[in-house]
Amino acid sequence: MSDIKLARIKNAEPLSLDSLPILNTREFQDAVIASVAKGARLAALFGLPARIGKAVSASMDIVTIIAVLIRGDKGVTEVAGTEVKDSYPALTGHIVQAHLFEREIAEQWGVRPEGHPWLKPIRFHKGCRPGKDVWARPENEEISPGVTDFFRVEGEEVHEVAVGPVHAGIIEPGHFRFQCHGERVFHLEISLGYQHRGVENALINGPDKRSIHYIETLAGDTTAGHALAYCQAVEALCGHKISARAEEIRAIALELERCANHTGDLGALAGDVGFLPTASYCGALRGDFLNMTALICGNRFGRNLIRPGGVIFDLDGIKTDELMARLEKTFAGVKGAAGLLWETQSVIARFEDTGRLSKKMCRQLGLVGVAARACGVPLDIRSELPAGAYTKNRPAVCTFKTGDVYARAYIRWLEIERSFHFIKDRAENLAEDGAKAGMPVNPARNNSLVVSCVEGWRGEICHVAITGDDGRFVRYKVVDPSFHNWMGLQMALRNQQISDFPLCNKSFNLSYCGHDL
Amino acid sequence: MSSFIFSFAALLFSPFLLSIINRTKAVLGGRKGAPLLQPYYDIIKLIQKGAVYSCTTTWVFKAGPAVGLAATIICVFIVPFGAHPAPFAFSGDFVLLAYLLGLSRFFTVSAALDTGSSFEGMGASREAAFSALAEPALFLALAAVARKTGELSLSGIFHAISAQGWGASSLPIALLTTTALLIIFLAENARIPVDDPNTHLELTMIHEVMVLDHGGMDLAFIQYGASLKLWVLGAILMGCLAPGRPDTSWLGGAAFMGGMCALSVLTGVIESSMARLRLVRVPQLLSGAGGLAALALILVMR
Repeated sequence: MSDIKLARIKNAEPLSLDSLPILNTREFQDAVIASVAKGARLAALFGLPARIGKAVSASMDIVTIIAVLIRGDKGVTEVAGTEVKDSYPALTGHIVQAHLFEREIAEQWGVRPEGHPWLKPIRFHKGCRPGKDVWARPENEEISPGVTDFFRVEGEEVHEVAVGPVHAGIIEPGHFRFQCHGERVFHLEISLGYQHRGVENALINGPDKRSIHYIETLAGDTTAGHALAYCQAVEALCGHKISARAEEIRAIALELERCANHTGDLGALAGDVGFLPTASYCGALRGDFLNMTALICGNRFGRNLIRPGGVIFDLDGIKTDELMARLEKTFAGVKGAAGLLWETQSVIARFEDTGRLSKKMCRQLGLVGVAARACGVPLDIRSELPAGAYTKNRPAVCTFKTGDVYARAYIRWLEIERSFHFIKDRAENLAEDGAKAGMPVNPARNNSLVVSCVEGWRGEICHVAITGDDGRFVRYKVVDPSFHNWMGLQMALRNQQISDFPLCNKSFNLSYCGHDL
Repeated sequence: MSSFIFSFAALLFSPFLLSIINRTKAVLGGRKGAPLLQPYYDIIKLIQKGAVYSCTTTWVFKAGPAVGLAATIICVFIVPFGAHPAPFAFSGDFVLLAYLLGLSRFFTVSAALDTGSSFEGMGASREAAFSALAEPALFLALAAVARKTGELSLSGIFHAISAQGWGASSLPIALLTTTALLIIFLAENARIPVDDPNTHLELTMIHEVMVLDHGGMDLAFIQYGASLKLWVLGAILMGCLAPGRPDTSWLGGAAFMGGMCALSVLTGVIESSMARLRLVRVPQLLSGAGGLAALALILVMR
């Protein structure tokens, strides 16, 4: 059986590298394709310039490619690796969701996925293996983001609209190319990379004191999500079990982050169609949620709260009462403001049938999070691979079937509602076993691999850490949900009005820096 | 003489209508809102700034705002102040008014195309397409009231309406005409549900996107011109509505001014209570306005 070749591990469970199956390229490809055919999705596919045997031995000639798949039905992740030199047959032809991962591998390690249909750089940086470049760019040439070939539609009445990288308003940089026929969009191509900072490389040789700060700023609006994924990974490697109380406070922070961002998104969606009441109220209510996080840890975005070993700030009785009072009040506000959206015909007319994605397309592209659930695909790490406080309490997965802007908006409201009940339930029944964090005392296990997944507010966050002989990271792979979902936005725009682009974009609300790393 | 004073009052007062709209929206959105004189501050600030011109543009780009403003100022002197006749009133003056607005639009669109930007080109195409539908609606509505009153100048029409009133029998005509004019008023002034004056999203804009490349004095001209256009089209709508029967005294002028303020509040309420239409639906709304106006004309001719 082909899936026996893949090692199965639980979320945040360490695996010794000698148990990691290293297959030949053909077996690897068959195993991954078979697993996807059984309903798995690709959570990560990345390379590292090393051979993996009983230990990791760095090598500039061999790149080991590791695939991480999530089998939601079995509650496990499946991992396997293969060694390649300068090229290998691309998976993309068989599994569409591998397309961006393979472009990333090509860019980072100069390994050509043969037969990749659209092999272009994604972040526009120099490769990490000197002398190896898939596009044969000269060594001394500067690489500028967005300077590349774009998909073009030719014809007399077809025109191209280029937007960005500098946008109106306070948003991150990204370049969008629309191929239009009048007001109708034939195709949209998005080119990112302007925010590339080299976080993955900076994390090598961790965990150290700086690592958590890189992690907390991977995507500023997903601080709790990424910090939680990182801490789960480090604690797993150190064999450290944190207190139930700390787990619950972490989950509360994660859900508050979800509520704040979903509320902000509902307001922004209303703003984009010019519906002022919800736009104004949700802007303020988002701030109220952020202030609740600040009540716990002193920072509106939840920084300096989650640390390996636990949480830095405890929730005492007074704070809990205050939190509950504010939560009730803010939730009532969101209920009213969101309710106005669903009651207003002119808003529904804009939301419905705009930016529709089919369930089939969603599965093919491997979309995650809100965008996937809006297409009726029930993906949610909190119930598929629960860890921490979610092992005992799994919020029900919200799905909707239409896959349009309305669905993505409505899912956000449903999730706010469920997160509210979750936070309320957790805060009122906090375990009494202390929450304070101390760095785990044990050193990290050497020669191990751990996959840590968290359902952030945008969707599934996947961190993969691999340690070397000294127990330090030789590779730390971060996959932000935005990485999966940008392609979803491009496909959602096909045959839409170009004037509906801002609305579709807001309904996905993806992170630029989370993608660019 | 007094008719000139009223026209100058309109020139001075028109930016204040924008303040009223914005304040209404702010209050309904639970906000405090900008100071009431903010549009004046903005215009004064912009006049003091220098303008930047792209080297791809020609004289057309610079002429756009100036011609646009000049044409709209002339309109202010053609449109009557309620029952007060306008300084320049003659038979068929509403045809001149419509085409002065058309001239202003022509130059704004040309200036937008002159920049060679794909955004501005998109805005220009939308503006041209939508105004082609709005203009017939305006003519049909004015033709209906002209036929009803038997007058051929705006001043004559509005004087007749306020003297005779609409009367119960012609209530349907009044209703159809004013509804059509209200839609034209909202569409031509880039208000919700047709356009969103507050959006920063270039891809969804209609009017705003055409003036993205203008700055300084030119932008001041454009903003002031926009407030005058709001006044002109608002005055036509209010003239047809004719609240009560104002005489030609100062009190009548004050009543008309109150009517204009009420119209601004109504605009603010509309903007606060509904979302923008999808862009493909805008032509349907405008043809709807044309249909209503045509129906009014048929009822009058009956």
